[in-house]
Amino acid sequence: MAPVEAHAEQQHHPIKLYLLVWGLLFVLSTFSYLVDYVGLQGYLRWSLILIFMVLKAGLIVAVFMHMAWERLALIYAILLPPLLVLVFVAMMVSESTYVLLTRLLFFGAAP
Amino acid sequence: MSAPLKPSSLETLSRPSGLAGLAADWASDQRAFKNVSWGKAMMWIFLLSDTFIFGCFLIAYMSARMATTVPWPNPSEVFALEIGGVQVPLILIAIMTFVLISSSGTMAMAVNYGYRRDRRKTAALMLLTALFGATFVGMQAFEWSKLIAEGVRPWGNPWGAAQFGSTFFMITGFHGTHVTIGVIFLLIIARKVWRGDFDTERRGFFTSRKGHYEIVEITGLYWHFVDLVWVFIFAFFYLW
Repeated sequence: MAPVEAHAEQQHHPIKLYLLVWGLLFVLSTFSYLVDYVGLQGYLRWSLILIFMVLKAGLIVAVFMHMAWERLALIYAILLPPLLVLVFVAMMVSESTYVLLTRLLFFGAAP
Repeated sequence: MSAPLKPSSLETLSRPSGLAGLAADWASDQRAFKNVSWGKAMMWIFLLSDTFIFGCFLIAYMSARMATTVPWPNPSEVFALEIGGVQVPLILIAIMTFVLISSSGTMAMAVNYGYRRDRRKTAALMLLTALFGATFVGMQAFEWSKLIAEGVRPWGNPWGAAQFGSTFFMITGFHGTHVTIGVIFLLIIARKVWRGDFDTERRGFFTSRKGHYEIVEITGLYWHFVDLVWVFIFAFFYLW
């Protein structure tokens, strides 16, 4: 007979932890909304947006998705490949600036 | 039948941890994910592929925005709502963000009660999660209708770069589809939990296999991922 599926190590954590993360996500979202509400501009705005974004994403993946308690074999298999997206971003930044340059050169300031 | 390949938690505990564990797990010439069931591993791998899909969408948006010679419409103004005669920037999007985060919170608690085999609380929390999700999709439908009424089309809009509409509808539309599928997924699993399928070991209608409360966690992984994608969309599309 087919064996009964053994349970993976069950994720037992106190509810309090989830409520704490929930609260933190609310606070961080409020902060990122305030960045726009207050009207910060330039590098300050962009870095704050990125910091709050990374913190929120980290909390969701680590606690809500239980990644913090998984073995490294799974953590690396799932979290390392998306870093390649950053390589793609770098390539497309270079490509986009080139496209912008050619548009300005051949079509003038406005198309 | 062949002997079960299932690792016991004892085996897991006896394995090395840290980097030595990483090498040992991947070099064991067997399954690499020692204490993760196939269902959970496959959901993670699916989410990894979905990450690339949304990554490509956001990169396409970045390329369009960087390469256009026309000013990009200011999302702060485009998504503002008039409340009591005052223009409040991005307020609907902020509320949508809080709704989705709340749904993630209730989902995490549903997973917790699932592993305690408390089927009523699990099902109730999953239904609440689905309700938040449906609210989110409803607000998105409102947002879409408002923008369409104001003249935003995939090929142009009244405020600036034409690509604004196409990237907006593409990215938020794909995300909204994910939320909708998630709500359906949640309702199906919540019904099974409510009926006690995982306590009576009732066999599934499609696979004819017994389910476990772990499916609640797998559903949760998908749902949290939807929230995760929104974090990135919120940062890059609405706030940038």
